[in-house]
Amino acid sequence: MSGKAFAVLVALITLVTAYCVIAHVWWMPVDISVHGPKIDSQLEETVFVAGTLFVAGQLVLAAFVFLYGSSRDKPKQIPGGAKPLVLFAFLLVGAEVLALSFIGSKAWGAVYFTAPDPGALPIDVQAGQFAYYFRYAGPDGKFGALHPALINEGSQNYFGLDPEHDPDSRDDIVTAELAIPVNKPILLTLHSKDVGHSFYVRELRVQQDFVPGLNLPIHFTATQTGRFEIVCTQLCGLGHYNMKAYLSVLSQADFDEWLKKQAAMQ
Amino acid sequence: MKVRFTPVGLLTGSIVLLCFSFVLAKPNHKVAASVGGQITGTVKLDRIAPKAKPIDMSKEPSCAQIHASKPATMESVVVGTRGGLANVFLYLSEGYTGNDAAPSQPATIEQRGCVYLPHVVAVNVGQKLVITNNDQTSHNIHPMPKPGGGNPEWNKSQLSGAAPIEVNYTGEEVAVPVKCNVHPWMRAFIAVVKGPHAVTDDTGAFKLDNVPPGTYTLTAWQETYGVQTSKVIVAPGKSANVDFTFKAK
Amino acid sequence: MGTTPAAVHHAPPQGFLRKYVFSVDHKVIGIQYTTLSLVAAFVGMVLSWAMRVHLAWPNAKIPLLSLLSPNGAPGGLMTPEYYLSLMTMHGTIMAFFVLTAAPMAGYGNFMLPIQVGAADMAFPRLNMASFWVTLVGFVLACATFVIPDGPPLSGWTAYPPLSAVGSVAGPGQGWGQNLWGLSIAFFCVASLLGALNFIVTTLELRTKGMTLSRLPISTWAWFINAWVSLLAFAVLLPTCLLLVLDRLGGTSFFIPAGLVFNEQVQPHAGGSPLLFQHLFWFFGHPEVYIIILPAFGIVSHILPTFIRKPLVGGWKVVTFAMAAVGTLSFVVWGHHMFVSGMSPYMAMVFSVPTLFITIPSVIAVLIWVFSLYRSNLRFQTPLLFSLGFLSLFITGGIGGFFLAQPSTDSYLHATTFVVGHFHFTMGLSAIFATFAGFYYWFPKMFGRMLNERLGKLHFWLSFVGVYCVFMTMHLTGFAGAVRRYSAFVDDFMVPLIPTNRFISVAALLLGAAQFIFLFNAVWSRFKGPKADDNPWSATTLEWDTTSPPPFDNFGGRQMTVYHGPMEYDGEAGVMQTSPEASVAGT
Repeated sequence: MSGKAFAVLVALITLVTAYCVIAHVWWMPVDISVHGPKIDSQLEETVFVAGTLFVAGQLVLAAFVFLYGSSRDKPKQIPGGAKPLVLFAFLLVGAEVLALSFIGSKAWGAVYFTAPDPGALPIDVQAGQFAYYFRYAGPDGKFGALHPALINEGSQNYFGLDPEHDPDSRDDIVTAELAIPVNKPILLTLHSKDVGHSFYVRELRVQQDFVPGLNLPIHFTATQTGRFEIVCTQLCGLGHYNMKAYLSVLSQADFDEWLKKQAAMQ
Repeated sequence: MKVRFTPVGLLTGSIVLLCFSFVLAKPNHKVAASVGGQITGTVKLDRIAPKAKPIDMSKEPSCAQIHASKPATMESVVVGTRGGLANVFLYLSEGYTGNDAAPSQPATIEQRGCVYLPHVVAVNVGQKLVITNNDQTSHNIHPMPKPGGGNPEWNKSQLSGAAPIEVNYTGEEVAVPVKCNVHPWMRAFIAVVKGPHAVTDDTGAFKLDNVPPGTYTLTAWQETYGVQTSKVIVAPGKSANVDFTFKAK
Repeated sequence: MGTTPAAVHHAPPQGFLRKYVFSVDHKVIGIQYTTLSLVAAFVGMVLSWAMRVHLAWPNAKIPLLSLLSPNGAPGGLMTPEYYLSLMTMHGTIMAFFVLTAAPMAGYGNFMLPIQVGAADMAFPRLNMASFWVTLVGFVLACATFVIPDGPPLSGWTAYPPLSAVGSVAGPGQGWGQNLWGLSIAFFCVASLLGALNFIVTTLELRTKGMTLSRLPISTWAWFINAWVSLLAFAVLLPTCLLLVLDRLGGTSFFIPAGLVFNEQVQPHAGGSPLLFQHLFWFFGHPEVYIIILPAFGIVSHILPTFIRKPLVGGWKVVTFAMAAVGTLSFVVWGHHMFVSGMSPYMAMVFSVPTLFITIPSVIAVLIWVFSLYRSNLRFQTPLLFSLGFLSLFITGGIGGFFLAQPSTDSYLHATTFVVGHFHFTMGLSAIFATFAGFYYWFPKMFGRMLNERLGKLHFWLSFVGVYCVFMTMHLTGFAGAVRRYSAFVDDFMVPLIPTNRFISVAALLLGAAQFIFLFNAVWSRFKGPKADDNPWSATTLEWDTTSPPPFDNFGGRQMTVYHGPMEYDGEAGVMQTSPEASVAGT
């Protein structure tokens, strides 16, 4: 009785889970990046591989419990003993593992092993408890130096710029929203003002931690316009749940206009 | 020895009694309005104010919505149409010896639209300050007093709709900056003093009431431009006038 | 190798304190550890209830909380920082004081000496010291709740600079973090001492005839685990001390220059937050295997009894699988750091062994599952929990495929997928195996039987409950739901609130079901039916003595071992000490 109940329960759980995953009841949002399709197909591939193992494992377990739950014959071992099992594990799992890491490295490499486009739009991103601020280089194309001692939130000098003594920083444009032109390569450089944070945009298929003391580059190209959330995924204190900014992917014309407006507000 | 009530003795006794009565009668500092004076004046900035930078509140949509038609701006320098400098705190930095009990009415500061209202709040030593959160988001109030100045540093979250937070400041300080750790643009100041005080609005006008007659140093404090002082003499029932002009750097 | 067990190190204890409190008897110490874990488990579970209630109903007032912390929950309304503090201590208490303590220090201490035929551990006084040092660690962890600054909020992973710069980093980063560091440091010391005892006892105190090839698999698991613990905790201990030094000693091991809090530049320079992550995860990944290896051993030990036949491949295959898992666990830690800023080439270096460690794990699972083939299952509670373990471990392991690859991990990292994954592998599989061990060994430890009906009810409710709570987290993880959030305010998180309410309700019901177990344990301890020496008809040495065993484990008998741990003659089990000739099918 217990055996049959267990088997049926396991089978039920397996089927419900498989359904929820295959039917994408909860799933990734639409992908808006150039490298995204590679990550998405890797995820689908993993769902297939891992999902098959999941269903097979649970159903075999359920089957054995169902079949032998009330058996009172003399116990026997499977023919061949452990050898076929060990062999199966090495061969099948080994093959899947190699395939996943080999093919998977291409998806990873698309993001991390390729150099950013030399014409990529560089944007400086600062994360600090509990907000993101973004900086564009302005017409001179140069970013001013950062001086932590000059950071003054009361006067909105979030980056610690020194326009009085540093001409490069005079035309830097600091914003609270990340706007980028669509279909153009973007190079973000991430740095943290205080503790660890992270930059996560689900639709862009990008997640990268900010590490205090390091300037970490990530690059991507967005393929669709729209407004998306950038949220923090590295525990940074009480405001972690509410630390976000908006990513606006705009047409080139809209972006130029937005940047002009922001420059006028500096 | 027998006390003899001679005319000399009577006179001496009356004089002694009179002196005692003067000594025993404590001077009453709760001057009636008719006895206390006022200090009025205007605070101005010497030139057109720097352009106020608008605050982008997009990270907090419920607050951004409130300012959708007119973005909030930083309040470090607020100048009215006729050059009046707002948010200047005025108080008697020298000469005030009163020991009044703190007003029973609490001072208040509210968080609304992800800004502190008012930007500068004044409390007397021992007066209660009540902080409310009228936003949909949680705030995190973090006053940062001078270390060793007698006011403790604290940092508390206040959820939307939570009970007001009540504090009592006992150390005189002009002024304790207050920030919200969750919303970096939020700034306020709590000025803790003894005696009469005032905060200017954007006409720059101020009035200190109930000032006991005497000679004082009146200090005007502005968060960006620092302090200016002026000697002022207050006559009973009269109003002394002092104007200040801050120089923009 | 031992020929006769070492002479009893100590005379029978006299007096209440020596017998039940400051005891050097490994059985008493085992029960003390198990009791400590039970208490810690309930503390950890209550913390999780508070968390889940807050996530589902953020405006709910929890009056008890305001009593515990007027600052953390004024009027019973939980602040964001207090949520994170509760979360930090939930993870810390569960991972260390429950999962690392119960199946290893609890059962291992009680059973290992008996299973090898010894009268006690090799170093009984050191053993007692281990328990008391663990208890001090637990008290320090609990103390964080009553100090003014409250518990730390940096997670059980305590990443710097948040955990290292002190209270400038905000509420929840005061003295609680120091106490946390010290608490874990004490736990490390206790674990290292315990590991020494396990290793030396297994090597030196085996009784006559107990060759390494006749050791029960649970003993092998504890033995292998002790080696893993030795190396892993040896790294965590200095890491915690370095963290405390950065906080109190003015050092900058983990803090770089130029950090700004409240517009003040911090007086630190030269440190690396990534260094902490490497050190922590060098311990942290083996730690999850430290948690699961005893579970492997317990299930491997229990299954033969309830399927009335040895495991496929005998002791060798499962044991080599465990040894392989334990060894490989040291070269995979970087998979916690794929998006951390570590070199992306290193990500591939860590990904490959992470995927390969699947192989010995799959071997073990296949052995257990295929041992059920043509067996005679006896559905008593220990077996149910062992079968539950199998289902849960399969699920947990499958989740690993997604997280082991940097490309898919870049989407799933720090989502509830990870929370679901590690709860399945560490929290649920290990806990189910621990329950299996509890139901199995309770008669031996206390001389009474647990109530079978309550045990089965506990199993069914828990099995359904854990899938409802943690499988759903895998699914919300696919939607990108971020973990460690005290509230759901982001545009994409708000639609997930109903799902989270479901998880919270399931979690509370799951928690309620544990009271069935608690009641069963406490009631049976005193009122349960008396247990025989061998109520399960098992074969290993612990079943060849009274329930509970006498002071010296075997009543002065010379135990000689003739058989391996899993010999069955049809349905009849062959006791290891039975002088009859060996039966085929070892």
